[in-house]
Formats: sequence, C-alpha cells, structure tokens
Amino acid sequence: MNALLAADLPYWAQSLLRVLGGIVAVLLPAGTIVYVFLFKMMSFMQSRLGPMEAGPYGSLQLVAEVGKWLQKEDITPERADRFIFKIAPLVVLASTFLLVAVVPFGPDAWFTNFEAGVFYMLAVSSVSVLGILIAGWASANKYSLLGGLRAAGQLIAYELPMVLAVIGVIIQAGTMNLQQIVVAQNAGSIFGWDGLGNPYILTQFVGFIIFMIAVQAELTQTPFDMPIAESELVSGYMTEYSGFRFLTFFIAEFATAGVFALIASVLFLGGWGIPFAWFDWSTIDSVDDWMNVVGPLIMVTKMMLLAFIIMWVRFSYPRFREDQLQRFAWKALVPISLVNIMVTAILKVAF
Amino acid sequence: MTSTESLIDRRQMAYIAAQASDARVNVELETEGMTLNIGPQHPATHGTLRIIARLDGEQVVWAEPSCGYMHRGYEKLTEVRTYPQVTALINRIDWLGSFANEVPFILAAEKLMEIEAPPRAQHIRTILFELSRIANVSLFLGDLGVQLGAVTPVFMAFRDREYVLNLIEAATGGRFHPNFDRIGGLKDDLPAGFVDETRVVMKKLRNFCDEIENLLFGNEIFQSRTRGIGVIPKDIALQYGLSGANLRASGVDWDLRRDQSLPMAWNKVDWKVWTHPDGDSFARCWIRLQEVRESTRIVDQLLDTIPSGPVMAKVPRIIKVPEGEAWVSTENPLGEMGYYVVSKGDLGPFRTKIRSASFNNISVVPWVMKGVYVPDIITILASLYFILGDIDR
Repeated sequence: MNALLAADLPYWAQSLLRVLGGIVAVLLPAGTIVYVFLFKMMSFMQSRLGPMEAGPYGSLQLVAEVGKWLQKEDITPERADRFIFKIAPLVVLASTFLLVAVVPFGPDAWFTNFEAGVFYMLAVSSVSVLGILIAGWASANKYSLLGGLRAAGQLIAYELPMVLAVIGVIIQAGTMNLQQIVVAQNAGSIFGWDGLGNPYILTQFVGFIIFMIAVQAELTQTPFDMPIAESELVSGYMTEYSGFRFLTFFIAEFATAGVFALIASVLFLGGWGIPFAWFDWSTIDSVDDWMNVVGPLIMVTKMMLLAFIIMWVRFSYPRFREDQLQRFAWKALVPISLVNIMVTAILKVAF
Repeated sequence: MTSTESLIDRRQMAYIAAQASDARVNVELETEGMTLNIGPQHPATHGTLRIIARLDGEQVVWAEPSCGYMHRGYEKLTEVRTYPQVTALINRIDWLGSFANEVPFILAAEKLMEIEAPPRAQHIRTILFELSRIANVSLFLGDLGVQLGAVTPVFMAFRDREYVLNLIEAATGGRFHPNFDRIGGLKDDLPAGFVDETRVVMKKLRNFCDEIENLLFGNEIFQSRTRGIGVIPKDIALQYGLSGANLRASGVDWDLRRDQSLPMAWNKVDWKVWTHPDGDSFARCWIRLQEVRESTRIVDQLLDTIPSGPVMAKVPRIIKVPEGEAWVSTENPLGEMGYYVVSKGDLGPFRTKIRSASFNNISVVPWVMKGVYVPDIITILASLYFILGDIDR
C-alpha cells in the first residue's frame, strides 16, 4: 500500500486511507468470524440451524444484532467510576487496532513496515489487559471485579508462553520484522526442496501449538474463559456494559481473534506469500504486484482456518479453574517453550 | 517561631507520620473479606436460589443457601383441593420429571383407600416414571456442560430429551405436566405404536449417554474440575439427609425402587443400583449418567412384559379417602420424594407434608462449600443437582 500510494498522494490522504484500511481489516474479520463461526458453525455443531430469518441463511443477522445494540440504552451504574468505565471498551478495541497495524497483507500492502514488528505486536497485545482490568474495577460490581482480576492474572501469565513461543520463530528467521519473516518462510527450502517454501509450522510445531494455546487464553475463549464465565461470573468484566459499549467489547473480542489468527498465519503459515520458487522470485522486490491483491485473500483464508480452530476448541471444551490454568501456564507451557527455544537455537547453529 | 518550637513541631510531625505509616502498613496487610451474593437471579442457580458466600480472595469461608424465593405453598394448597385435583399442583414441584411427582401422592391415597392399581397400570406407571427420570436427568447431563463452560452438550441433551418428551406427550397429552395418574390407575391406556417407538428412543438415549461420556466425562478438563471437588463423605451425606444419586455417589447403596415393595413394576425387571466410593462432584455426575442407562434398560424390559387388562381399578366416582395417615416415598429423579397424607375422610387431604429431595440435598451446601474456590461453587451446585420447584414447593 505504501509504495502504491507514495507516488502521488499527499500525506493526509495516505493517513486517511490507512485508517479506513485499518477499520476494514478489523471489522471485516470480526463480522465474518461472528457470522460464519459463532452463528453458523456453532449451530451446526449443536444440531440446530442458527439464524435463518434475516437475509439468505441469516447472513444479515449481524446487521440486525448491531442495530439492536445501538438502540439499547447506555447504562452506567450509579457507583461506577464513570470516566474509566466509559473508556474501558475503547482501550480494549484500541489494542486490536494497534495489533493490525503491523500485519503485512502483501509485498506492498501493509500499514506500517516496522523493524521490531514482533516485539511491538507482543507489547500492544497486552494493552487489552488494561482495558479489561479497568472495566472490571470501574463497574462497581463484585462479579466484574473478580472477572477483571482473573483476566489480569490470566493474560499476564499467558503473555509469557506466547513471547517464548515466538522467540523460536525469531531465531529461525533471524529478524523481528513480520514482512521479513513472511519472506524468509516463502523463500526458504526444506533440505534443498523449495516447492513448499519453509513454513515454520513444520519446524516450530511445538511453538505453534503453544502460541495457539496462548492466543486462546489471551482471547479469554473457552477453555480459558474463567474471566468471563457466563455460568458463574455472568460475563465477568462485561456484566455492567450495555448497548454500544458492550458491542465494542464484543467486536474487540472477535476482531482480536481474527488479528491473532492473522499474526499466527504470518508467523507460522507463511503469511500472504506463496512459495517463491513457483514463480522464480527470490527477494521481496522481485515479487509481482498482483500479490498485493492475492496476498490478502491468502491471508484471509489462513485466518479463517486458524479462527476455525480457535472457535472449534471454544465450543467443545469445558473451562479450567483459574488456579489450574495458571499452573498449566507456568508448569507446562513455559518449560516446554524454553526447551523449544534451546533446541531451535542449537539446530540453528548446527545447520 | 523559635528554633525549639520548630524542633518539637518536627518531632511531633515525625511521630505522627510514623504512626500513620504504621497504621497504613497494618491496613494494607489485613485483607478484608468480601460477601458475594450469588442469586436469586443467577444462571447457575436454575431459578431463584440465593447463595450467600463470604469470600477470602477467591476462597469461600462460609456459604449458606437461602431459599424460599419461589415458594408456592403447595402443601397448604392441597388442603383446599380434592384428591384428583392435587396431581395438577404437584406436577409443578420438580418440573423436569413431572410424572414422577404424581406417583407417590397417588400411591399414598391408594394406600389409604386400600385399593391397588391393576398390573397393567402399574407397568405403565413405572414406564412413565422412568421416562420422566430420563427426561430429567438427561437435561442435567447437558446442563453440567454449560455450568462448566462447554456449551455444546446442552443442545445434545435438549435434542434427545425431545424424543422422550414426545413419548410422554403421546401417552399423556402433556409434555411437561402430564397430570395423568389417577387414584386406582391411569387416565388412559398407551397409544398405538408407543411400544415400538419407545424402543427406538431408548436406543437413541443410550447413544446420547455414550456421546456425553465421550464428550464430557472423558475430557481431562472436566475431570480436573470435578474429581476431588466437593467431597461428601458417607457419614456426612447420611447426617444431612441426602438422597438419590447424591447419596449413592457417597457410597451408600440405597435405592427406594429396589428397597421398598411398592405396587410398581421395578421388582419385576433386572437392573442395577450404581454406587461410587468417591463422593465428589465427578461421582455424582457419573452416577446420574449410569442411572439414565439403567432407566433405559428398565423401560426396555418393561415394554416386553406389559400385561393385558384394564388400566383403572374400580373406584367410586366421587373419591372420598377414609380417615387415616399414610406415608409413601419413591426414588424420584432428584432423590427421595415422599408425601405424608393425613385424611379426615373428606374429598381432599386434611394436611399434606411433601418431602422433596432437593431441599435436603442443598442443606449440605454450607458444609461442602467451606474452603472451595468460587468456580467450584458452580460445579458443586451443578453436581448436587437441584430444581428450584423441588426446593421451594
């Protein structure tokens, strides 16, 4: 996008286009995931049809739902900390927008090409913890407070395995730039055979599994949905939110699922690229321009695949108790990912 | 201000500051408890049960159930109804297995009148009793998943429970509140095709049990959430008057269907009373799963041996129950349910005492909740399995 626009557009127009692109990149995956997985796939898993009335096969159900939420009264509890209560959903959603800023969608289709992309991604993903924590605190509700505290403990605990799982990829790619990681995977080869490139899911399979588990926990999806826990905490930190503010939380939840799926596909599945050997590309500069159109489609396909796994697990599993999930993070995931880093480093030196 | 004054002043200030910081340290180190009010409106309480829990962090220090938010006064209402009218009321006690509520009351009235239903009616009563047990407990098996965060099992439960409700509807005309049992027999005979259809449904229910066992009971997260949680030892269970699956899960081999000789057909078929030595949440859930399987076995065998004959004994058109007192209890889906009926020879009972299972089953909550974590409150409540109508009558 940068190269396409840099030629003849002024700075403000580029910025505007980027903002619009960011909104599309956040809202479109969220809407798709909600409709395809939350409404339809979940229904089929549970032997029912899901929404069928609004639009063909209920495809406009989401519009109806958003309309319903927008109509609802925006209630602030009397004893709530008003200002903080009101900005909390925006903080959570902002974290999603910050995340999508570094995701590359094609050789030139990116919002910002940031050298320390992985580092930045891991840093801003924890901004949502702040939003959740202040939402739980400001609601002046004991259930929300418990939910917020659980969320804070859980998200911080799972940040660590996530970072450690990604380090394996960084070691292998030798860069923290997400664009470079995509190139390294697609230009790579498996023992000299470059028909598939070298997607890191093959070499970093352990890292991939740990990353997906950590993503599941970061998104507070079942089996790690102790902070929300409808059946006991009655949606935890979201209990007191209604109308548009709840909608913001809802969008943030599924948009973040989409963005994390995008990031996982960049880190482990080769991102927007197709193996460079197919078209005799060697570096990113030699990639044809049509990849700027095909790349996003490939990304969306991979995102849907990974989001499917996230949702599949979500609808099938019961939830961990929070002490059990802390134990799982510190006693299982962290040691395994440390061993993974060590093995990766040794093999990197050896080959 | 002279220099000495300012010195004293400063000393004083330092003293006050030290005291204040001391006080603040003390305040910061002492953590205050929190009282969490679960219910009356809460998704885990199946209605309007309220549980007051005093917490230390996430740990429960003290918990007490507070019931009565849905009290409908059925015991009192029975006094102004005639005997045949009472069944319409007591359907609503345990609303998931309604037919099972009618049976002990009708049996008590029959005991007072010294009549007995014909064998065919006894058989059909037992079949419907077990069908309502399946309708009740299969929903528990699905609901268990929801309480633990797995949303899919409950829809499977509703799907397969639907078949059972269809059967009950076919036989009685009512899905939830059959109001089908009469003093001296039943309102009607079984409809045509009931036997064949029931056999098919029983097979489906057994598949459902296998499905739930694979999906939920075999799940490691489910096991780690329920095993060793909410352990009720044998003697505590007996002291608190637990009954039904909750008691059998604590290792007490006690089932009124087998241990009593009622004019019902349970003694004529081959089935097993399951017990579990552990007494934890998992044991209670597992016992109920086995119970559904055994119920399908009972129904299958009873279908083979339904005797011919009338479904109604000879009873006067206007039923007057002779003076006397009778107590009959049966093993209902939730546990022991009994009616103590006092008759003064009128059209309706003079006084009725309803012993419902859930009321006693949740009485163990203060004992078993001590020291558990907040998420385990939900697991234990789910595994104790109460129905609000059964607590508050």
